[in-house]
Amino acid sequence: MTPVLAATSAGIVMILAVLLIVLALVYFLVATILELRKIVAGLDRVIEHVGGIVEKSGPVNEIVNDINANLDAGVSALEGLLVKKAGMADAMGLIDGLYPGAAADGLRDFPDSGDITPPRIGEVYTRGTLTLARLGREAPIAAASPRGPAIRDALYGSAASRKLYPAGREYGARELPRSPTIGTDSPEQYEQREDIGQPRKKFPAKQS
Amino acid sequence: MTGVWIGAAILALVVLPIVVVLLKGVLDAAKSITPTIDGIAATAERGSADLDAAALLLTTQQQVKETIAGVAAYGGSLDVILDDAEPAR
Repeated sequence: MTPVLAATSAGIVMILAVLLIVLALVYFLVATILELRKIVAGLDRVIEHVGGIVEKSGPVNEIVNDINANLDAGVSALEGLLVKKAGMADAMGLIDGLYPGAAADGLRDFPDSGDITPPRIGEVYTRGTLTLARLGREAPIAAASPRGPAIRDALYGSAASRKLYPAGREYGARELPRSPTIGTDSPEQYEQREDIGQPRKKFPAKQS
Repeated sequence: MTGVWIGAAILALVVLPIVVVLLKGVLDAAKSITPTIDGIAATAERGSADLDAAALLLTTQQQVKETIAGVAAYGGSLDVILDDAEPAR
C-alpha cells in the first residue's frame, strides 16, 4: 500500500467514525426531544387538572368552617336548653339513658358535666318523655351515634315511629276519656260567663 | 500516518460507543418519565372529577343553616313552654 493510499484510507475511516458519531447524536437527541415533548404535553394536562383541583377545593375550607360554626352553635343551643330545662344532673341522666356511657364524656359547653353521676333517668321521666327524646336518634343527623346508624326511614318517618309501639295504643287507652274540645265553639263552655265573646269593656292602658 | 489510524480507531471503538451509551441512557430515562407523567395526569383528572361534588357543599351549608334556624326556633319555643329546672338545693 502506497503512503498516499494509506493516508487516504485512514482519513476515510476517521470521517466515517465522525459521521457515525454525528448520526448517533442526531438519532438519540431527536428521540429524546420527542420524548421531552410528550412529557411537556403530559405536564400540561397535569397542570390543567391540578388547577381544577385548586379551583374546586378553594372555597371548601371556608364553607366547612361555616358549617362547623353553625353546627357548634346548634350544639351549644341544644346543650344549654337541655341543661336549663332538665337541670345538669337530669340532663346527664337523660343522655346516659339514651346513649349508655355517653354521660362520662360530658357536655361540650359544660366541662364539669362529665364528673356528675347520672341518675337512672328512666325512674324520673315518663316513658313518653324518653320516647320523645329517643326520636332524636332517628334523625338522619344521628347516623354516627354510638348506638349505631339512624333507625329512621327518612321517606317513611311515620311508619318508623309506629314501630316504637308495634302493639298499637296502650292497654286501656280506649277506656280513657278523650281530650276535651276547647274554644269558643266547643259544646261545653267550662267557664260560663256572659262577657266571653263580647267587646271588651275596659281597654288596656296605652303604651307610651 | 500511524497517528491518524490510531485516532480513527479511538473514534470508532471508544468515542462512538461511549456517545451511544450515554445518549441511550438519556433517552431511556426520558422514556421512563412519560408513563409516570401519564399516570400523574390520570390521577389528577380523577381527583379533579372527585371534587366536582364539592359544589354540593354550598347546598349542605344552606341546609345546615336552615336546620340550625329550625332547631333554634324549636328550642326557643320549648324554652317558652317548658319550665326551667329547679335550682339545685
